[in-house]
Amino acid sequence: MTERSEGTDKHSTVGPVTEQEASRGGTVQIEDVAVRFRMKKKDVTALRDVSLDVAEGEFVAIVGPSGCGKSTLLKLVAGLLKPSSGAVRVRDEAVKGPRHDIGYVFQRAALLEWRSARRNILLQAEMRRMPADRARERTAELIAMTGLTGFEDAYPHELSGGMQQRVALCRALLHEPPVLLMDEPFGALDALTREQLNIELNRIWRETRTTVLLVTHSIAEAAYLANRIVVMTDRPGTIAEIIDVDLPDERDYAATMAQPEFARATGRIRDLLGAASAAD
Amino acid sequence: MVSQSTASSVPVAGVAERDRPGPGERFRDAIGRSWRPVALLVALLVAWWVITAAKLVETYLVPSPAKTLQVMSDKWGYIWHHTWVTTYETLLGFVIATIVGVLAAVIMVYSTAIEKTLYPVLLFAQVIPKVAIAPLLVVWLGFGLAPKVVVAVLIAFFPVVISMVTGLKAVDPEMIQLSATMGAGPLQTFSKIRFPASLPHLFSGLKVAVTLAVTGAVVGEFVGANEGLGYVIQQANGNLDTPMLFAGLIVMSLIGVVLFVLVEFAEKLLLPWHASRRGAAVTTTY
Ligand SMILES: Nc1ncnc2c1ncn2[C@@H]1O[C@H](COP(=O)(O)OP(=O)(O)O)[C@@H](O)[C@H]1O
Ligand SMILES: [Mg+2]
Repeated sequence: MTERSEGTDKHSTVGPVTEQEASRGGTVQIEDVAVRFRMKKKDVTALRDVSLDVAEGEFVAIVGPSGCGKSTLLKLVAGLLKPSSGAVRVRDEAVKGPRHDIGYVFQRAALLEWRSARRNILLQAEMRRMPADRARERTAELIAMTGLTGFEDAYPHELSGGMQQRVALCRALLHEPPVLLMDEPFGALDALTREQLNIELNRIWRETRTTVLLVTHSIAEAAYLANRIVVMTDRPGTIAEIIDVDLPDERDYAATMAQPEFARATGRIRDLLGAASAAD
Repeated sequence: MVSQSTASSVPVAGVAERDRPGPGERFRDAIGRSWRPVALLVALLVAWWVITAAKLVETYLVPSPAKTLQVMSDKWGYIWHHTWVTTYETLLGFVIATIVGVLAAVIMVYSTAIEKTLYPVLLFAQVIPKVAIAPLLVVWLGFGLAPKVVVAVLIAFFPVVISMVTGLKAVDPEMIQLSATMGAGPLQTFSKIRFPASLPHLFSGLKVAVTLAVTGAVVGEFVGANEGLGYVIQQANGNLDTPMLFAGLIVMSLIGVVLFVLVEFAEKLLLPWHASRRGAAVTTTY
């Protein structure tokens, strides 16, 4: 179940995603980007001089103080926001409007409360007009993968926060996106659920080999999950440092936490974030 | 408090279990919910009876409950006919107000230019007292069905538009962005996200609108009619027939209550997710 068939059958899917490409992660390039919001009194610079190259299948975590432009950065990659200057490229294509080859997960699960868990996941398929049998197959696969079995027909208000976030994750993964964008997806969850979902996300990432950009406030979460951690400074958001996490992709939770490399990475993030707030 | 059943709620680990009450429990629930308003109604009836029986007020001013009931049963054919007329006008007005109101709201939400143009007009139409324009409508449209329906539409339209506009605008912006990344067109986003999300708001507007529509129809009848409960009341008034006047008033209120309950029922039927969530928020506190 872990290995997906390598595009043996040709489905006529809408959009640029094909089966083979989808099984590999896509690249993301952010080139000298700045974002300014035009406000009534004065302009707000949310991001400045941001450049970042994300390799295929890489897991990049983004940490930084509140309001430093982390969400803005993800929206640029998704094509939901146009940079004031600079360029963004996803899978070697200039981003010019909403990308359809990404999956997006927000802090709030943003589920449709009139749809069951399964039908919330299937929204992705309906909007894309995916073939119904393939969508159903894929949904069943994801439900099993994320431990939602038995909750398929539950409505959002009947689900715990962790379960809701699992549904949102399934919805984001349904179309096998080459790039997965996650904006503080576990920020509203209790520590235990969060840990559980971190472990699941690591496994899902290894199984899908999708490129992940994860915004988080948790230093441990960033270090446990990511290959690289982008640490940002306070407004206007710039990149303070990019930290490499030299750990194997397959990570046992407790063992990883005990690694010197884990301690080094988290320590470095704390130093940088402390410096950022001290300079305030 | 002791009698409240706690048997059905066995919590399952990590799950917000849906409460599925059995039929017996549901019946007890229904009684538990409705005994208070019923008690109040009985109290009011008793008070009415005491006031009239003790001759605190002259019976030609306030008839006794028995007298009113007697008129209702004696002339039920007459009352029934006029009740139907008023109900028909009300429903027609309500349906038209709903259709036009929902369409206007959709157009206004999708076009700021139209919203800016239409909003002051709507507000103006709303603040004009309907009683004041009803005579004009009779002059224009005659004594038939039309002016009553038009007054009902005019009076019921506003809450429909306002609630629908609010509902369409209240959609989670992240949901709209998500839908953009799914490659959804505006029509898909509307039909799968915006419209269903707006329905709880719409229904709260519809509940107000349906009761106002009754008022609208009766106002229309007051101004010029030979049918309907407004006509019945005017006739009774002219003849100083207070029992019939009271009977008309009671039936008129009943129309409003019944239509309100029907809209609420439709809401529960169409939006079970909304009703259950709201119900849970109210009943699980103890
Ligand atoms: N649509 C917008 N209009 C104006 N200002 C915005 C908008 N979106 C974000 N901002 C501002 O840009 C800055 C960065 O926001 P955001 O990316 O949400 O930060 P973060 O996710 O890191 O907390 C904040 O100061 C915020 O107020
Ligand atoms: Mg944010």
